[in-house]
Amino acid sequence: MPDKEDPPAPRPRRVAHPLARFLIRRLLLAVLMAWGITLVTFVLTNLVPGDPVAANLGQRALGDPAIVAQWRAEHGLDKPLWQQYLIHLQGLVQGDLGTSQQSHRPVAQDLAEYVPATLELAGAAILVSLVLGVAFGVVAALRRDRLPDHALRVLSLVGISVPTFWLALVAFYVFFYRLQLTPGSGRVDAALGSAPPVTGLQTVDALLAGRWDIFSSAAGHLVTPALVLALYTIGLLTRFTRSAVLEVLGQDYVRAARAKGLPGRTILFRYVLRSALVPIITVAGLAFGSLLSGTVLVEAIFAWPGIGQYAYKSATTLDLPAVMGVGLVVGVVYLVINLIVDVLYGVIDPRVRLQ
Amino acid sequence: MTRDPLARRGLLRRLPEAWRQPLAVVGAVLAVAWIVVALAAPVLAPHDPLAQDLPRLAAPGPGHWFGTDQLGRDILSRVLHGARVSIPLTLLLVTLSVLIGGLLGACAGYFGRWVDETIMRVADLVFAFPTVILAMVVAAALGASLGNAVLAVLVVAWPAYARVTRGLVLGIREREFVLSGRLLGFSVWRSLRVDVLPNVTGPVLVLATLDIGTALLLLSGLSFLGLGAKPPSPEWGAMVASGVEVFDSWWVATFPGLAILTVVLAFNFLGDTLRDALDPRTARAIKERAL
Amino acid sequence: MTLEISGLKVSIGGKEILRGVDLGLAAGRVHGLAGESGSGKTMTGLAVLGLLPHGARASGTVRLGERDLLALPAKELNRVRGGEVAMVFQDPATSLHPMLTIGRQLTEHMRHHLRLGRTEAKERAVELLGKVRIPGPAQAYGRFPHQFSGGMRQRIAIAIALACSPKVLIADEPTTALDVTVQAGVLRLLRGLCDELGLAVLLVTHDLGVMSAVADEVSVMKDGLVVESGPRGRVLREPAHAYTRSLLGSLPGAGTAEPGGPGDPGGPGAGPAPEGER
Repeated sequence: MPDKEDPPAPRPRRVAHPLARFLIRRLLLAVLMAWGITLVTFVLTNLVPGDPVAANLGQRALGDPAIVAQWRAEHGLDKPLWQQYLIHLQGLVQGDLGTSQQSHRPVAQDLAEYVPATLELAGAAILVSLVLGVAFGVVAALRRDRLPDHALRVLSLVGISVPTFWLALVAFYVFFYRLQLTPGSGRVDAALGSAPPVTGLQTVDALLAGRWDIFSSAAGHLVTPALVLALYTIGLLTRFTRSAVLEVLGQDYVRAARAKGLPGRTILFRYVLRSALVPIITVAGLAFGSLLSGTVLVEAIFAWPGIGQYAYKSATTLDLPAVMGVGLVVGVVYLVINLIVDVLYGVIDPRVRLQ
Repeated sequence: MTRDPLARRGLLRRLPEAWRQPLAVVGAVLAVAWIVVALAAPVLAPHDPLAQDLPRLAAPGPGHWFGTDQLGRDILSRVLHGARVSIPLTLLLVTLSVLIGGLLGACAGYFGRWVDETIMRVADLVFAFPTVILAMVVAAALGASLGNAVLAVLVVAWPAYARVTRGLVLGIREREFVLSGRLLGFSVWRSLRVDVLPNVTGPVLVLATLDIGTALLLLSGLSFLGLGAKPPSPEWGAMVASGVEVFDSWWVATFPGLAILTVVLAFNFLGDTLRDALDPRTARAIKERAL
Repeated sequence: MTLEISGLKVSIGGKEILRGVDLGLAAGRVHGLAGESGSGKTMTGLAVLGLLPHGARASGTVRLGERDLLALPAKELNRVRGGEVAMVFQDPATSLHPMLTIGRQLTEHMRHHLRLGRTEAKERAVELLGKVRIPGPAQAYGRFPHQFSGGMRQRIAIAIALACSPKVLIADEPTTALDVTVQAGVLRLLRGLCDELGLAVLLVTHDLGVMSAVADEVSVMKDGLVVESGPRGRVLREPAHAYTRSLLGSLPGAGTAEPGGPGDPGGPGAGPAPEGER
């Protein structure tokens, strides 16, 4: 007797099409968001109560209406706002982020110089947070309602409650100033010189050049700021991993895997973590955002020459073009990170990959 | 027309369970202590927080238990008075973001269509920035002052409430008791107020409790960056910033930082316990244990 | 008796869910376990393999040959699970891991329990898929669960359960989550495998129609106790216990219908409206 079930329609095993469509949609969305970000920074720049003319021209020039008018015309300030925005957008496309009032250099040039250091710091921090946060979260979930769970709960709550800028200062004071365990400020011992820049990441460049002395110095300089920066995200990821793992542990397929007599390790890594990874990478994407935020508060204290310190200096001197440039670049970096998270969904979950 | 009594009383019913958790007790005690400090700072503080009449950078000791800063002000008194600056502002901030975000989210969820689209796309845009960066950008654009810092934090804080409220309202809007009310001819405003509001209050309050910590961290962070409170004000973030210049006098930065930490911790302890009380899965687990 | 449950008690947080259950499963026989939601049927099945939820306590004995499964150390119990006693769950949409291929889920416990190599395991897996009548078994091997229909998924779950040639199969409401039209196919498959492989099957169901179609023995549970047990014909035709009578009474056209034979798919799905157990 034939079965009444309909056999699945024959289709190739791996369909590239749905994934490509998914990615294109996300990409378009990202472009739209990027455009939104430029709108936000532009509107904010024009919100400034202070007259940009006053900020850029000397007192004497301000007294002469002809000079003021000429300056306004030169900078397109006499045109309607929407035209100004189009000019601004045109500049952005050509990589013109304006000129820093502080360094008197193009903001884009400043940022290009500082971005690699921040990426190295934030990259190290997200790595540490993922490893420790996921490990702690898994332990807490598996030892649910027992001592490790309670201890990790308090620890992660403390982690998300510590003011990062204060922790940076305390760590600097204790480990460098008092105990002299860690190297002080900067990225590397100046005496060692530096490896030829390839990626802009000191540790990676040093490895590429085979300079172990520079690598260990750079890594040593990286440890404290990265850990300070990571504490918040470790707390965040611990809490989140715990609840994600608990949720998966209650799923039928985990019970089915246990009924198959698979060893606990296999179940944890293959069945539980694989599913929990989807919510975890979502939060990891958000966590990266808070890491980028944190760099503004941490880099200044460790004299880490990244965009965080640049943003700090720009903010304290109210150097608006520089602040907007940082906002724009960080917004775009964050967007790219979220795009990567979207791609990872497809890699992890076949239901996204194959419709 | 029936209201959903379970949904409404869910949080309240489970609350006693939550209060028995040691974390919640610690959090509540700390929070109440700080609120008392904020109210009674003038009585509690041994010195005038602005008077520069003590020896400069004196280490903690009798007469000035937290030491003095580089201008000869008593740090203990400044930390206590700092509670009067930070705590009311933070509470105001969170209240405002709940009201603004909640209202916008409720409108988005209730009316749908272009109202929903507009509000949620703006919220998405805010979410596209890491919070400190956006708050910093906004604060810098508005000019450095405590009021503008509050405004900047508000700008980044409301979308979270809008999202949560929208989701909850969407879930409730389609339920029978709301639909039947609308069919009976009650106004939109009445059905929002009577049917929808009570059902979203619990989750939003939990979110708000957790957000008090985040808001304080942001606000003090902006002050630390020099975008918030102006110098003589005993604001904690600004006090930590002034400690950076004299970091070998550790007490200048340490105590205001600890103040921030304990306030944030208090509300995070509270919020975390409340969230567990709200989360049905965990609540079930608690019930299973108690049976 | 291949598997003998006696005096099985389970409590969760001080509340007794099972209050002394006795059941025996024999090779080549399907033992139906009936009862309404909350009567403890599912718990009985889970307790056999020690899969009870967080915080549950079990006492009594579950004999498999010489061993008492309840007293077995975790490592040896793991060898029994999947190897000697296998299980099929209610909803194939949730009991298969959505992100792992069918092949992976079919072979991993074979390789672990039977120490098969990659190619041997794959060969056997494809053979099993054919046996549970999945069309195109070789292609199905590399697919993911969401690419199959519900009935197919349950067949795959059965194939997974049978992969290590167990002696006992516990099927927990295996047709409840399926469309009525595909229930018969899955039940026929179970019955056929039981006869062909000499499996001892425990069929947990709230659906007396399903029961009458395939079970040899029937036990009826209420409030954590087995209230009646015996050959299908006697229990369903001349119920001794009032509760069994009321269960039968709730069946449409009950009492008059002659239960079909083992080979006859009868009228499964005619029972009371399926209600989720968990």
